[in-house]
Amino acid sequence: MNYSPTEMMTIAAARALSDNDVCFVGIGTPSAACNLARLTHAPRIVLIYESGTLETKPNVLPLSIGDGELSETALTTVSVPEMFRYWLQGGRITTGFLGGAQIDRFANLNTTVVGPYAKPNVRLPGGGGAPEIATSCGRIFIVMAQSKRSFVDKLDFVTSLGFGKGGDDRAKHGVNTQGPTKVFTDLCVLEPDPKSKELMVASLHPGVAREQVVDATGWPIKFAAKVGETPLPTAKELQVLRELYARTEAAHGEAA
Amino acid sequence: MATFVSLAEAVEANVKDGDKVAMEGFTHLIPFAAGHEVIRQQRKHLTLVRMTPDLIYDQLIGMGAADKLMFSWVGNPGVGSLHRFRDAYEKGWPRPIEIEEHSHAAMANAYEAGAAGLPFATFRGYRGAELKRVNPNIKEIVCPFTAEKLAAVPAMKLDCAIVHAQRADRAGNVMFEGIVGVQKEAVLSAKRSIVTVEEIVDDFGERSPNAVILPGWTLSAVVKVPGGAHPSYAHGYYKRDNAFYKAWDAIARDRDSFRAWIDEHVLGKGPDAFAAHARKAA
Repeated sequence: MNYSPTEMMTIAAARALSDNDVCFVGIGTPSAACNLARLTHAPRIVLIYESGTLETKPNVLPLSIGDGELSETALTTVSVPEMFRYWLQGGRITTGFLGGAQIDRFANLNTTVVGPYAKPNVRLPGGGGAPEIATSCGRIFIVMAQSKRSFVDKLDFVTSLGFGKGGDDRAKHGVNTQGPTKVFTDLCVLEPDPKSKELMVASLHPGVAREQVVDATGWPIKFAAKVGETPLPTAKELQVLRELYARTEAAHGEAA
Repeated sequence: MATFVSLAEAVEANVKDGDKVAMEGFTHLIPFAAGHEVIRQQRKHLTLVRMTPDLIYDQLIGMGAADKLMFSWVGNPGVGSLHRFRDAYEKGWPRPIEIEEHSHAAMANAYEAGAAGLPFATFRGYRGAELKRVNPNIKEIVCPFTAEKLAAVPAMKLDCAIVHAQRADRAGNVMFEGIVGVQKEAVLSAKRSIVTVEEIVDDFGERSPNAVILPGWTLSAVVKVPGGAHPSYAHGYYKRDNAFYKAWDAIARDRDSFRAWIDEHVLGKGPDAFAAHARKAA
């Protein structure tokens, strides 16, 4: 069955979730991955969007973080201060999803600026919830397409903390959550080295060569001692994901 | 005490040049009609505050109403950049704009501290994040009981908060439903406030005893503007016009097409134009 690299990335992220997860979900691929997990192998997964919706079960993917669909299908909806204070800061979230314009080898992320902060070449949207999501969730999954522009040797700005300068630097910032345990890209899955915390390729998606990953990374990327192959998407996974996108496009007024 | 007035009167009386103003809404109940009235009345030198500035702030900034933007995420959700904001910030058109940037947690906590009458908000945040290097309003304090280091930001103190809600009753009490965001906190941290509503009812009728209601005596002005949150949405009334949010990208990309859109849809119209979008879900 044919599939796109983005579908592989989304499916790989979905598979890493289980019924035991309480997820802080972001818009875009994370939202697709979390709902795919909910509609396939993890029906009891708890999805929380920062707009205040607890245990939401959207039938279509929201375009914005606060689409009505999220509140209409939620167990309850709380205020935004309550969301950030009780639920995120209070330590109720097992898994937070993040992405960004840039990532470095220690999984620190930039969603703020390209170029200098005071005089940017490109002003990006900014951190939103990311600075506190990155440190308050039990663990972080990162989903982003891999290229030399996005996987960079040095971030222009550290919007949210990954492993800082590596090793035990995260703890030096007073943070005792796990941090980014997996990075899902359109080419591979990366995991931090247990000691140095530098990201290493843990598994390659089917048909992806090591050179492709090297060419799409702005630092000399390392490979784990034993690199696995990501299992192919199943027909069921692709079907559920595509139906979700089809419903979403119809709902958002995009004629196919 | 809330007074029922026209939208023009509400803005005239409650929004002044140079004010610090928040038109809040976490993608829901965004007071577009009121924002358009601020544009029509040509307010200048505003400090605009919002967690998630979207199209209405793009419009205000593109018309030169603001000197400063305080925010935590600035963009067109799921679509891309706010081109008018970026043009102002990166190129100074139509006038330069300053920014004060925070995280969502910081803004939410600042609103809550403002509503609570505290001087600052504290929370576990900004750890390892670079914003604290570039924003002098992000400080660190030490917990006097545990010695834990925590982030601190000033409490929100607004001149005026502008929000939209589903219903007001005849006494000017206002009820919010769905994603309630920081609307309550914004109003309670402001000296003055304007609430636009979909409808005015004799009585709220059957409701949860925990319904989110702001009493009329906490508000300055209440204005009936059906459809006044379009293209955002009003839970129970009409849906978010996601197609318009996508269309805005092309409209705002170009200075001339932006001005033409404003001329036709803002300067050439009044709040009544929003009624076309008003619809109560069956």
